[in-house]
Amino acid sequence: MHGYLWFVGKRALQLLAVIFFGVSATFLVTHLSPISPVESALGRMTARSVSNPEAIVAMRAALTELYGVDEPIWSQYINFWTRLARGDFGPSLLAFPTPAMTLVMRALPWTVTLLTLATLITFAVGNIMGGLAGYNQNNRFLKAFGLVAIGIQPIPYYVVAFIMLILFGFVWPVLPISGGFAMNVTPGWNWPYISSVIQHATLPALSLVLVGFGGWFLGMRALVSNVVTEDYVTYAELAGVKRSTIVGAYVMRNALLPQLTALAMALGTVFSGTVITEQVFNYPGLGSLLIDAVNAGDYSLVLAVATVSVTAVAVSIFIVDLLYPILDPRVRAE
Amino acid sequence: MTQDTNDILLTVDGLKAYYQMNYFGVEREVRAVDDITMTLRKNEVYGIAGESSSGKTSFIKVLAAAIRPPLRVVEGSVKYNFKNGPIDVTTASPEQIETVRWKHLSYIMQGSMSVLNPVRRIGKTFQDFAQRPLGLSGKAFEDRVVKHLARLNLPPDVLKAYPHELSGGMRQRVTIGLATVCHPEFIIADEPTTALDVVVQKEVLSLIRDIQKEMGASVVFVTHDMSVHANVADRVGIIYAGRLVEEGPTRQMFFTPKHPYTAHLVASLPRIGDTQQRPALDGRPPNLADPPQGCRFHPRCPLAIDKCRKEVPPMIEVAPGQRSACWRWEDVKPLVNIAAPTGAMA
Amino acid sequence: MFAVFRDLIRYNIEFTIGLILVGVVVLFACLSFFSPVDPSLIYTTIPDQPPSAQFWFGTNSRGQDMFWQLSAAFRNSLTFGLTVAVLSRIISIAVGLTAGYLGGWVDRVLMFVNDIFVAIPIFPVLVLFYFVLRNNMDSLTLALIMACFGWPFDARLIRSVALGLKHREFTRHAVFAGMSTRKILLEEHLPYVMPIVFSTFMNNMLWSIGLEVTLAVLGFTNINNPTIGTALYWANSHSAMVVGVWWWIAIPVILMVMTFIGLFLLAISMNEYIDPRSRLRRMGA
Repeated sequence: MHGYLWFVGKRALQLLAVIFFGVSATFLVTHLSPISPVESALGRMTARSVSNPEAIVAMRAALTELYGVDEPIWSQYINFWTRLARGDFGPSLLAFPTPAMTLVMRALPWTVTLLTLATLITFAVGNIMGGLAGYNQNNRFLKAFGLVAIGIQPIPYYVVAFIMLILFGFVWPVLPISGGFAMNVTPGWNWPYISSVIQHATLPALSLVLVGFGGWFLGMRALVSNVVTEDYVTYAELAGVKRSTIVGAYVMRNALLPQLTALAMALGTVFSGTVITEQVFNYPGLGSLLIDAVNAGDYSLVLAVATVSVTAVAVSIFIVDLLYPILDPRVRAE
Repeated sequence: MTQDTNDILLTVDGLKAYYQMNYFGVEREVRAVDDITMTLRKNEVYGIAGESSSGKTSFIKVLAAAIRPPLRVVEGSVKYNFKNGPIDVTTASPEQIETVRWKHLSYIMQGSMSVLNPVRRIGKTFQDFAQRPLGLSGKAFEDRVVKHLARLNLPPDVLKAYPHELSGGMRQRVTIGLATVCHPEFIIADEPTTALDVVVQKEVLSLIRDIQKEMGASVVFVTHDMSVHANVADRVGIIYAGRLVEEGPTRQMFFTPKHPYTAHLVASLPRIGDTQQRPALDGRPPNLADPPQGCRFHPRCPLAIDKCRKEVPPMIEVAPGQRSACWRWEDVKPLVNIAAPTGAMA
Repeated sequence: MFAVFRDLIRYNIEFTIGLILVGVVVLFACLSFFSPVDPSLIYTTIPDQPPSAQFWFGTNSRGQDMFWQLSAAFRNSLTFGLTVAVLSRIISIAVGLTAGYLGGWVDRVLMFVNDIFVAIPIFPVLVLFYFVLRNNMDSLTLALIMACFGWPFDARLIRSVALGLKHREFTRHAVFAGMSTRKILLEEHLPYVMPIVFSTFMNNMLWSIGLEVTLAVLGFTNINNPTIGTALYWANSHSAMVVGVWWWIAIPVILMVMTFIGLFLLAISMNEYIDPRSRLRRMGA
C-alpha cells in the first residue's frame, strides 16, 4: 500500500505540472494574436447594430478591463491564474452575461459521459476481439473483422461521423441525428428523458466506436501474437491448462498491460475525436460549444473550453495511470 | 535384447520431424529430427546430450506432444505405455493427449524465470495446471499441493506470492513442484540446470533425483553438460545433427565410448589434477537444412574414411545395452584417461 | 533495397494494395501540374453538372471543374501531409535518440515535455490557434503547428530503441574511438530506427491530413486554398447533399478514403515486414 501511495503522489505531481504547462500554453497562444480581442469583439458587436459613440467607448473600457490587455504580459499572466483559480473566465459573448464557465460546465457532463461510454465500449470490444483474433490466427470471421478494422481505422473522426449522418439522416432515418435529447421532453430523472438521451447519444457513440475500435483491435492482435510465444503461455499449453483460462488469464491479462499505457496516451486524441463528432451531430457538449464560440468570436468562451479540455484530459490520463499498478503486480512492488 | 515389454514406457520408432517453411517464395526444410529410434524403460533416467542446434530440443518437443507448425512429424511414431493405456502422440487426437498431459506426462522447462505467469499468484497457477489432472478441488487440493511443496522445502505461503516475489532458486523449485505434483509417470526435464550457479544446480539435481526415485517415474534429462549426465543419468543418448549416434549405460559410455563424438564429449570434462591436453573438434555442427551426406559427423571426425562420406552408418549393438552408429566403432578409444571411479561418479 | 520492395510487392498483399491505392492518388494529384484551369477561380464553367464524358468528375455549385479542382486539392493536401510528417520526424528522431542515448536528466526533461504534449488534446488547441490567428494561418503555419504536436508518440518509440542500442558493442566501440555524440547518433544509431521512422511517417501523414480535413470542413483554415477539407467545406456550405449534387461529396470522400486506406496499408505492411517475429508467424501458420 505504501508503494502505491508513493506512486499516486508522483503521478499527481506530474498531473499538476501538465495542467500548469498546458494551460499556460493556451494563455500564450491567445496572446500571440496580432489582433486585439477587444477590437475584434467590438467590431463584431457594432457590425450588427448601430451604437452611439459613448456606448462604444464604455464597451471598450469594460472589455479592456475584462481582458486586461492594457497591462504588461506577466501581470496578465498572474491575473489569468488568479481568475482561473476562481473558475472565472469572464462573461461569454454568446449568451451575455452568462459566465463562460457556466456554459462550459453545462456542456462538460455531456462530453464526459459520451467520451467515457464510447471509450469503455471501444476499449473492451476492440481488445477482446483483437485478443481472440491474435490467438486464433486462422479464424475466418476474425480475419474478416480485421479487414474491416483496417478499412475504417484510418478514416478521420469527422468523415466517419459525416457518413453516419448521411446514412442515418437521409438514407435510413431511424436514429436522431441532432441534439442531446428531444425538444418535447422535460429534463430530469424520468424515463422519457433518459430514453431520449440514450437515443440521441447512440449515433455519436457509434461513430466514435467505429473509428476507435480498429486501433485497439489491431494493437491487441499484434500484442497477443507476441505474448502467445512467451514461455509461460507455451508451458501452460504444454500442461493442458484449459483453453479459456490460457486466453483470459495468461494471454489477455498480460497483453492488456501495454494497452492500458496506450489508452493513457490516446486519451488526448479520443477527446479531440469526441469533440469533433459532437459538432457533426449537434450534440450539446464541448464540441458544439467550441465551434459556436469560435464563430461568434467569443474569446472568453474559447479560452474556457480550451483550458477545461486540457485539464479534463490530464485528469483522465491520471486516473488511467492509477489503474496500472492494480493490474500489474510487478509495478506494485516499486 | 529380450526385455519384458511391460517394462517399457516409451518407444520411439524411426521418428522424423522437420520444420517446413515457405516464405517469400523460398522453401526451407530443416531436418531437426532425422530417424531416431530408442526405447525408455520405467523408473529410468535417460540423459540426452548434444550441442545446441543438434535437434535435441525439437526431439523432446515431439516427445512432449508439443508439435506445432512449422514443425511437422514426417515419419515414425512415438508410443507411450501409460497406466491408462497406450497412446501414440504423433497420431493421437488433441482430446486423447489432454487425458495424458500432466497426469502421466509432464515437462520441466528451461528457465524458471519466464515459465510462470507474472500476473498470477502461484496458488492459482497450481490450480490451472494440476486441478484437472488430480481431480481434487478446494481444501483437498490445497492440502495436496502444500504437502508436495513441503517436500521441496517450500513454505505454504509461496502459494499466495507472485513469481517476481520469489528468488530464482525458489522459482525453480516451484516449477519442479508444478511438474511433479500429479506424480506423472514420465517427466521431460529440458535443461533445468543451465544458467544456474553450481550450488543451486546441485540442489535442483538432487531434488529431481529424489522425486524420481520416490515416484518411480521415468525422466528424460536434456542437457549439454556431461557432468550432469554423469551425476543423474542411468543411460545416456547422444544426439548429433538430428540423429542418435550413441546410446548406452552411463558408466559404460564414459569409460568405453564407441563413437568419436561421444569420446570428445566425455573428454571435455575437466577433472582436478588432470593435466592432459585435450584435442578440440574442428568445424561446427552442420546446417540441418542441408546436412552432409553419409554419416553426418564425417566432416569433423578424426576417424572418417571414405565409406563414412557415402553411407549412413546404422545403429548397431556394440556392447551389452550399448548402441552406436559408426562404421569404425571398434577403433574408437577414450581420448583421456579416466581414472578409477572416485566418490563423485557413484 | 529494391529486392526488399520487390519481395514485399510479390508476397505481401497489403503492401501491394496500399501501393496501388496511394500510387493512383499520387498520380491523380500530379496531374494538377498540367491543369488547364486555375483551381482558385470560381464560376469558370457550368455549375452542377453530373459526371459525364466532358466533366469526368462533374462540376460543383461554384462552377468549377471537379476533376482539376480535386487534383489540385489532393496535391495540396498530400504536400501538407508530407511537410508535417517530415518536420515531425526530424523532431521525434532528435528527441528520441538524444533522450534514449544520453539518459539521465536530459531523458527525464525530454520525456516530461513529451508527456505534456501527449496530454494536450490537439483539436481544441488548433481551434484556439485558428481563433487567434484567423486569416493569418496559412498551410505552412498550420503545418508547423501540427509538426509540433505530431512527434511525442514516435519519439517514445525511437527512445526505446535507442535505449537498447546504448548498451550494444558497436556503440561502446564508437565511444572509445572518440566519436562525438552527434556523430554516433546520426551515423550509427539512425539506421536502426529508420524502419520505425518509415512506418510512422505514413501514420503521421494520415493523422495530419485527417486533422486538416477536420479543421477545413469546419471552416477553420484558409478556405480559399483548395484542399480535400476545403472542398468538403464548400460542399457543405452549398448544401450539396440536399440540393442533389452528390458527386461533390461522394467523389472527394471516396478518393480520400482510398488515400487513407492506402497509406495505412503501407504503414502496417512495412511494420510487419520489419518485425522479425511477425515474419516468423507468416512462415509458420
